[in-house]
Amino acid sequence: MTEPMIAVQGLEKSYGDHAVLRGVDLSVRRGEIFALLGPNGAGKTTTVNILTTLVRPDGGTARVAGADVVHDAARVRETIALTGQYASVDGFQTGRENLVMMGELAHLPRRAVRTRAAALLERFDLADAADRRVGSYSGGMRRRLDLAISLVADPTVLVLDEPTTGLDPVSRSQLWEVVRGLAADGTTVLLTTQYLEEADRLADTIAVLHDGRVAARGTAAELKSLVAGDHVRVAFEDPASLATARGLAPQLGLATTETDDKDLSLTAASADPVRTIREVLAAADAHGLAVSGVSVVRPTLDDVFLALTRKESAR
Amino acid sequence: MSATPTTVPALARPPRRDPVRPRQSSATAARDVRTMVVRETRRQLRSIDGLITAFFLPVMVMLVFVVIFGGAIGGDGYIDYVVPGVLVMCLGFGSATAAVGVAQDMTSGTIDRFKTLPIFGTSALWGHVVASVVRNLASAVVVVAVALALGFRPDAGLGDWLGVVAFAVLAVLTFTWLSVALGLVLSVEAAQSVNFLFLFVPYLSSGFVPVDTMPSWLHGFAENQPFTPVIETFRGLLSGAPETTTALTAVAWLVGFLVVSCAAGSLLYRRRTAR
Repeated sequence: MTEPMIAVQGLEKSYGDHAVLRGVDLSVRRGEIFALLGPNGAGKTTTVNILTTLVRPDGGTARVAGADVVHDAARVRETIALTGQYASVDGFQTGRENLVMMGELAHLPRRAVRTRAAALLERFDLADAADRRVGSYSGGMRRRLDLAISLVADPTVLVLDEPTTGLDPVSRSQLWEVVRGLAADGTTVLLTTQYLEEADRLADTIAVLHDGRVAARGTAAELKSLVAGDHVRVAFEDPASLATARGLAPQLGLATTETDDKDLSLTAASADPVRTIREVLAAADAHGLAVSGVSVVRPTLDDVFLALTRKESAR
Repeated sequence: MSATPTTVPALARPPRRDPVRPRQSSATAARDVRTMVVRETRRQLRSIDGLITAFFLPVMVMLVFVVIFGGAIGGDGYIDYVVPGVLVMCLGFGSATAAVGVAQDMTSGTIDRFKTLPIFGTSALWGHVVASVVRNLASAVVVVAVALALGFRPDAGLGDWLGVVAFAVLAVLTFTWLSVALGLVLSVEAAQSVNFLFLFVPYLSSGFVPVDTMPSWLHGFAENQPFTPVIETFRGLLSGAPETTTALTAVAWLVGFLVVSCAAGSLLYRRRTAR
């Protein structure tokens, strides 16, 4: 048992009458990839701004690597690096100059600055463009440079605020690879995202932020188990088969069925999908129905997200 | 599930050695400011706009007043009268470019990133200020050189020239801090208009024509606004006959604006985040 790398308790922040955070609790382990998932306005960036010492909370506490973000901000700044939403790199400097500047600001030994910059340019596949001005870089290159800049000082905690917003799929998966590599080397990563897929594919733990509170927290699998179980989907070759199957469903104990007349399919919730499939296929054979396909449908994070936000809004 | 345990099991991943950072000191603060000055200087030297504002525009203003308006306004002696006005105007709009740079850095999130670094607090702002002083002294040299080529004949002695340099540094410090503070609250577009402050307000002073030639309702403003004593101080120093009262009034104005702008700028820098 060790102290969490990021420990947040009862965090509150309001702007005027608008309460952005209404008691957020988070706990991030060392070396973990932790995703803050939520729609725009859920409080993701405000949480990030508090953790990176940019904004003071109105209530609650936040500690990064044991240092309080309000009372010990200087120590927090020695631990973290922030890659914000906007690829904040200087267009008027070259990639190398941007990196060297950040190495200087990180107070690296003078000799180490240039070596470190060169190594990062190599690692992020920017060596060829190193001495071109960043103004001429593509969006993906700017993001990679942005991330490289955050790594100049070898931060213990890396905070990524919507790191892949606006990136094409190739650049996005490249960036995911880099983040996984960093976590594998022991860097703690806190990222915010509004993409469920990103949280699902990248994060060890996900906290769903909704309306200034953590609506749910766990691994992707744990969150998915929050919404009612699996479904079985059976597709038929002709409308007549579908109609007959629909009539048979209650006899098979399939209560909540949904039919799709366009792709001639029937979907039903099932606690034991394998058994349901056997029974459905046996019934189909017995009645001479033409089945074209069978599949098990598992809930996605989208379902979780919609269920959670719907529940919260209804309160 | 939303309960947060105070301790959690560590992940089965290799431990890492966290880097040891040097403690912040006056040496690291000096390094921070130097780094920021290099950054600002690059921004200026690499933009056509920046170069035009720093060197081409001052020369054009000088030529317009001396060559085009000069004959109509005051004949041969007018150049000696107008150089201090042109000089202050150029130092002003040269400093105003800092507002645009700061506004850009606010909008792009660059200032947020700087604020998350373990660096000397307002070094990003001091980078703008120091770079501005260097750049404006360089354009002042160009302005004076062009003026001399056009027939400007100052009577300043060595001491007066040192006074001109010192006073120019104070003026640029004040103008730049004022621009920096405005850049922290204005949008990039609005920040581009800060130079109008320095392009137009000096016209309503004794910089280009004597105040008593203006309509009487303007006298009050023109005589008492800060640009008048500032320009008169330069005029006094350049003619080799500085007036103590005028110089003290000018210094009081500049130091007053400097203290307020510097304090407001530093406070805003700490308070504001990207928008």
